[in-house]
Amino acid sequence: MGEGDDSLKSKRVVFVTVGTTCFDSLVRAVDTQEVKEALFKKGYTHVLIQMGRGTYIPTKSAGDDGSISVDYFTFSSSIAEFLKSASLVISHAGSGSIFETLRLRKPLIVVVNEDLMDNHQSELAEELAERKHLFCARPQTLYETISAMDLDSLVAYQPGDATPVAEFINRFLGFRDE
Amino acid sequence: MDYRNSYFFSEFGFLNVGISLMIGTFTLAMIRMFYVVYRRSKPLYSKPPGPRSTLIVLGSGGHTAEMLNLLAVMQMDRFKPRYYVAAATDNMSLQKARVLEDSLLEKADVEVVGTSQFMQIYRSREVGQSYVTSIGTTIIALAHALWLMIKMRPQVILCNGPGTCIPLCVIAFFFKAFGIRWSSIFYVESIARVKRLSLSGLLLYKLRMADQLFVQWPQLKSKYPRASYVGRLM
Repeated sequence: MGEGDDSLKSKRVVFVTVGTTCFDSLVRAVDTQEVKEALFKKGYTHVLIQMGRGTYIPTKSAGDDGSISVDYFTFSSSIAEFLKSASLVISHAGSGSIFETLRLRKPLIVVVNEDLMDNHQSELAEELAERKHLFCARPQTLYETISAMDLDSLVAYQPGDATPVAEFINRFLGFRDE
Repeated sequence: MDYRNSYFFSEFGFLNVGISLMIGTFTLAMIRMFYVVYRRSKPLYSKPPGPRSTLIVLGSGGHTAEMLNLLAVMQMDRFKPRYYVAAATDNMSLQKARVLEDSLLEKADVEVVGTSQFMQIYRSREVGQSYVTSIGTTIIALAHALWLMIKMRPQVILCNGPGTCIPLCVIAFFFKAFGIRWSSIFYVESIARVKRLSLSGLLLYKLRMADQLFVQWPQLKSKYPRASYVGRLM
């Protein structure tokens, strides 16, 4: 999962995404001094935050004073490019961004939004964390998760397969497979 | 006295016939309902396989991604014409379905892959909406869904939640009960559901409306034995 680290100044980006939701407590948690320092200590040089409909504006930083650089934007039609260029992804618990990130085999921290009314999203994140495909955190535990995380402990995710369902439907409807 | 008596009896008789008729109709309706529930989940072997008109309900976000992922491995020449329905508040899903349909047309002719139509529908419940206000919005959604279903009358329904698919499935069930159109309803529970079914999944499971309800985690299969465990789709 490492990039070509040929120069000392190699760029290691942390991409933070909240999807189409409003998840200020995550953006706020990333913007705290302790989280930014923990990321910098781990060797990351840039934080890029996709903040969605949130109202909390993180503090921009060029990062030339020996700290991590911080930038943000609200939406993008496709986050695929940002995911591809990231060295670490911190995401909300939506299944879309989770699987998109896992398929790209990027280290992932999923942060569960506890303010959602129907909070089923933690189920998926916790199950995948148990299987060591990602790390699962809450906004208030993000710092601990980053400090304690060991990327080598992660297990690559094997993408699932939809053909059993398609075959089941075919058989049910009486379509015979050639 | 006699006159009054006979009048009383004739009125009584009329009432009697009325009540008998009502009970009879009700019984027949119930028998038909039970037949539909029983016949559901039985494969349609009797009919020779021909292409089936198919309704695909796109649920937005991760739901749409999962549905398109399933469609990508299905033999689309067996499921035509295809009707895509998405929530009126969801602009992305139908666009993604169009991309899929365009890619099909690049590979084969319309005669092979069939035509497709794209429609929007009012949602019965938005994410985060309270269960109380969702009663009113459900009624509106039902009326609109009925209109669309009369136009489409699909033979196969593919859905994976959230609430968008419920009015359509309920109407499809009544179409079956009234003999308007027999359809097979397939519900694939989202991969995000590991321990409990979603509200939509639970409704279709408990009311026995889905012909097949697929789950992607073994924990769900052990909790809901009538579901079919098919492993992860994503």
